[in-house]
Amino acid sequence: MIWDWTAFLHYLHSPYLMMGALVSLALSIGAMLIGLIFGVCAAMMRTSDRRWVRLPASGYVWLFRGTPVLVQLIIIYTGLPQVGIQLGVVASALIGLGVNEGAYLAEIIRSGISAVPKGQFEAARAIGMTWPKTMRVIVMPQAMRIIIPPLGNAFNGLMKTSSLASVISMEELLRRTELLVQVQFKVLEIFIVSALYYLILTTLWGLIQHRLEAYASRSVAGDRASGPAGGRAAIQGNVAVPNDAV
Amino acid sequence: MEARGIHKHFGRNHVLKGVDLTVEKGEVVVIIGPSGGGKSTFLRTLNYLDRPDSGEIWINGTEMGAPERGSGRMTLSDAGLSRQRRQIGMVFQQFNLFSHMTALENVMCGPVQVLKTARAEAMADAKRLLALVGLTDKEESYPGQLSGGQQQRVAIARALAMHPTVMLFDEPTSSLDPEMVSEVLQVMMNLSVQGMTMVIVTHEIRFARKAADRILFMEDGRIIEEGRPQDLVDNPRNVRTKQFLSIVTDEA
Repeated sequence: MIWDWTAFLHYLHSPYLMMGALVSLALSIGAMLIGLIFGVCAAMMRTSDRRWVRLPASGYVWLFRGTPVLVQLIIIYTGLPQVGIQLGVVASALIGLGVNEGAYLAEIIRSGISAVPKGQFEAARAIGMTWPKTMRVIVMPQAMRIIIPPLGNAFNGLMKTSSLASVISMEELLRRTELLVQVQFKVLEIFIVSALYYLILTTLWGLIQHRLEAYASRSVAGDRASGPAGGRAAIQGNVAVPNDAV
Repeated sequence: MEARGIHKHFGRNHVLKGVDLTVEKGEVVVIIGPSGGGKSTFLRTLNYLDRPDSGEIWINGTEMGAPERGSGRMTLSDAGLSRQRRQIGMVFQQFNLFSHMTALENVMCGPVQVLKTARAEAMADAKRLLALVGLTDKEESYPGQLSGGQQQRVAIARALAMHPTVMLFDEPTSSLDPEMVSEVLQVMMNLSVQGMTMVIVTHEIRFARKAADRILFMEDGRIIEEGRPQDLVDNPRNVRTKQFLSIVTDEA
């Protein structure tokens, strides 16, 4: 038997696998949110003037980027109970993936913030804006422009990395794929379906990411109003296209 | 506004070596001098964008950067300093317009965010200010769509929106192509005629001569000479002032 088209098409709309895919998606979103919280905090701490604020954040980034996320997951789920911290599968997966992701996001966010010209900070301060207000109103929106593409890529990666949760027996897509194969034996067909589900998730996200990037760059798209990005933005009514050439 | 004994070091570099300045309400003070002489650094200590290592800055009877009485703090809080900065408007050499906001939003930003002005009122005020600098038709433009001269005029409107008591200008035309310099200087001239207190660092000697009530020549972290425009520019007393002016006015 080489390839069973009937079986393949059957598994393509298997509710069992579809639920698994949704669980993977939920896991990815949850971990991403946790990662963003850790990442933003760590990024802010790393841009501080004070050493005692910077070092813990740098240590966090170093530790969680320096060890494999799989090892981290196994330690959290299987190792921590040994010192009395007992976390369920879902909690372990969320925390493990989230805290790990945060270390990577911290670097992305920090580089986005440092890409905003110092003059923006100064102008905001000169008007009388406090630090929190400056960050919220002036810096972060501009940093977003820089941050969104790598952030989008990080989420893309996270959706695939979530498959590691299968190792700690979380019932997400990969685990369900493995379980199904043990019962039904159509190895290639089922795994191809699984891969396709991942591909659908990442492709859909790619489309969303594209729109987000366009939205974040709309004020920049304006000065290339003759180009495709500017044209698209102008059609959406986001940009005032000047009548006279500047 | 008054600066007393301002000293500033950048690392081992003693950039400001005891600078004093008193500015009366409505006065236009222009600071000229060679690059690296400390003019911009001094200007930036006036609104505490750069903290002086020693000396005091006083504005309208309050000391910049001084901790509030009874707060028990060693230095002024961020919120306190931000509040003090509201009285001082600053225009930068690099314009520094908020690039993710339109011209109108840039001008409205201060009043809405800092002064908590109602949006409608802030918008009306912003439109009036943009009209004042001659940019009504560019209200909805983003900085990236504006020329340098236009951006700087928006920057002036943005600073004015806070209704400051004194305006600081840090080489406002130094980044502009020559044909755009005059449109910005014209706005500054109008402002001075209307009675705004201004401290300007610039290389535009002719403008200084026309607009200033007092000109200061600064070199090497110190004020070398100070006087009325016609005195200092036409008949400089100090030899270094003379040297600087002859070099600069030869190029003009």
